[in-house]
Amino acid sequence: MPNVVEVEGLEAYYRTPAGDDIKAVDGVSLAVREGEVLGIAGESGCGKTTLAQVLGLTVQKPLYVRSGKVLLEGRNALALDRETMRREVRGKTISTVPQGAMNSLNPTLRVRNLVIDVMRDHNPRIRRREAVERARERLDLLGLPPRVLEAYPHQLSGGMKQRVITVVSTLLDPVLLIVDEPTSALDVTSQKVAIKLLVDLLAKRIIRSIVFITHELPLLRHVADRIAIMYAGRLVEVGAMEDIVFRPQHPYAEGLVGSVLVPEPGMKERTVTGIPGRPPDMRRPPAGCRFAPRCPKRFDLCDRDPRPFGIDGREVWCWLHRDQPNAERP
Amino acid sequence: MSDGPILAVEGLTRVFGSGRHANLAVDRVDLAIRPGEVVALIGESGSGKTTVARMLLGLLPPTEGTVRYRGVDLDTLRRREGMRSYWRNVQAVFQDPFGSLNAFYSVRRCMLNAFKLFPRRPPRAERIARVREALDIVGLDVDDMLTKHPHQLSGGQRQRVMIARALVVQPGVLIADEPTSMIDASSRAAILNILLDLRTRLGLTVMFITHDIGMAYYTSDRLFIMHLGRIVEEGPADDIIRDPQHEYTKRLLADVPTLSREWIL
Repeated sequence: MPNVVEVEGLEAYYRTPAGDDIKAVDGVSLAVREGEVLGIAGESGCGKTTLAQVLGLTVQKPLYVRSGKVLLEGRNALALDRETMRREVRGKTISTVPQGAMNSLNPTLRVRNLVIDVMRDHNPRIRRREAVERARERLDLLGLPPRVLEAYPHQLSGGMKQRVITVVSTLLDPVLLIVDEPTSALDVTSQKVAIKLLVDLLAKRIIRSIVFITHELPLLRHVADRIAIMYAGRLVEVGAMEDIVFRPQHPYAEGLVGSVLVPEPGMKERTVTGIPGRPPDMRRPPAGCRFAPRCPKRFDLCDRDPRPFGIDGREVWCWLHRDQPNAERP
Repeated sequence: MSDGPILAVEGLTRVFGSGRHANLAVDRVDLAIRPGEVVALIGESGSGKTTVARMLLGLLPPTEGTVRYRGVDLDTLRRREGMRSYWRNVQAVFQDPFGSLNAFYSVRRCMLNAFKLFPRRPPRAERIARVREALDIVGLDVDDMLTKHPHQLSGGQRQRVMIARALVVQPGVLIADEPTSMIDASSRAAILNILLDLRTRLGLTVMFITHDIGMAYYTSDRLFIMHLGRIVEEGPADDIIRDPQHEYTKRLLADVPTLSREWIL
């Protein structure tokens, strides 16, 4: 499968007012394949949202990219000038629904005006009526009531707001849609409906791929084709959904899967321990494997930076698997 | 008396607003919790679960119905001994560990403030000893923690401090309103295990108020499912998860993504 976007050797930092640099994404290379839902999971502070921002080309101070590329059709999108990036790439090629987007809608604008703003920003010549008509058709195609166009945000339920934002974000048929915790503020029933819409966008080939950022593995179990687990700014394991959720190899991924609490028989008999300790201070991350200080399986090699080892198509950054061949990186 | 419920509500009702805008948030809720039990009141947003919690804590007067602590009506308790006496017995931990701690106070000061609930505070040495003990119970490094301020703590550490603060007064009941919803899954289990351990060690009664059915199932002996202000189903956690009876419970369980069951999109 061809890749729609590739991230190469990404190093991204936050600069504090005091001038300290805090490493947020450290040496991440990752490809998003055509037609897939790629889940990115990890604890808060692991860099998953930062990675989404760089991938979505929405980098803003104090975040900055020190090195690395975001490759779109062979060219580095990070090197584009701001204006080209804003008008030509963002929304058209890559679109993002950031975390908490549904609570960031302008309360004084009807949805139709948001639609007009979005469409005109990319095509100043488009008529207002045309823009709204396009949104109406799209809503209809996706089974949403076109009357939401006349509504103000407060008149919509949380679940409907999230779906409306998803539809508006994909009006220009972007190749890649990035969604960051799209359902964490929703009830389970609205969550299911919102996720259904994402899957539908993919099935109807309005978008080609989705990057789904979340800390909820049970959700990724049902929507993701592949999952990348991040810890302290780095990838620790990347592989097919089934491999990561049912047979995790990295001790951190194992800990994360083991922390899941879901209402299914058998859950109650287990003692879920979680992962003791907390992630490192990213001003001074530890040398070697970043998870080693919390890892129940650490040994003497762990003070060296792990290489990615390949196990049946997945990549695991853990010295426990040093007898495996080096992974072929995307 | 020890065989009776430690906390019970009968016909608990709360209406917000009046006339045309009246909103029946809680509708004739009955529930009884036995000493040492861990239960969960489960509901989605708008179900009325937090309104029940506020009435249980005496923070909101019911429109109708009663709350009884060890068989005594809350109004009677209030008149006889005041609410502080009740809060020494029934403590709460809330959702947001960032909003619940005074940013200007050290952990030591936050914790010591809990003794304001006592008409005659124990001597300082004893207060400090109890603060240290409570911090130790929740698995925090006591010496390191006492001088810290909230901004120096992670979300998980703050929530542990909040639990420790509730324990300082040695309550019989802890009402935990979404105690782990803002905490990473990896630290969530540790906090829940602390609460379960308190039940085993101190006989603490715990009531979770939550939308997280997985968490409720893991921790609780009995579940109460709340929908549109009413309790639609209650029973042993295993029975409800394996064989839900009410349509709403069935739908709710079907909508939660789990690892093993297919989740039809």
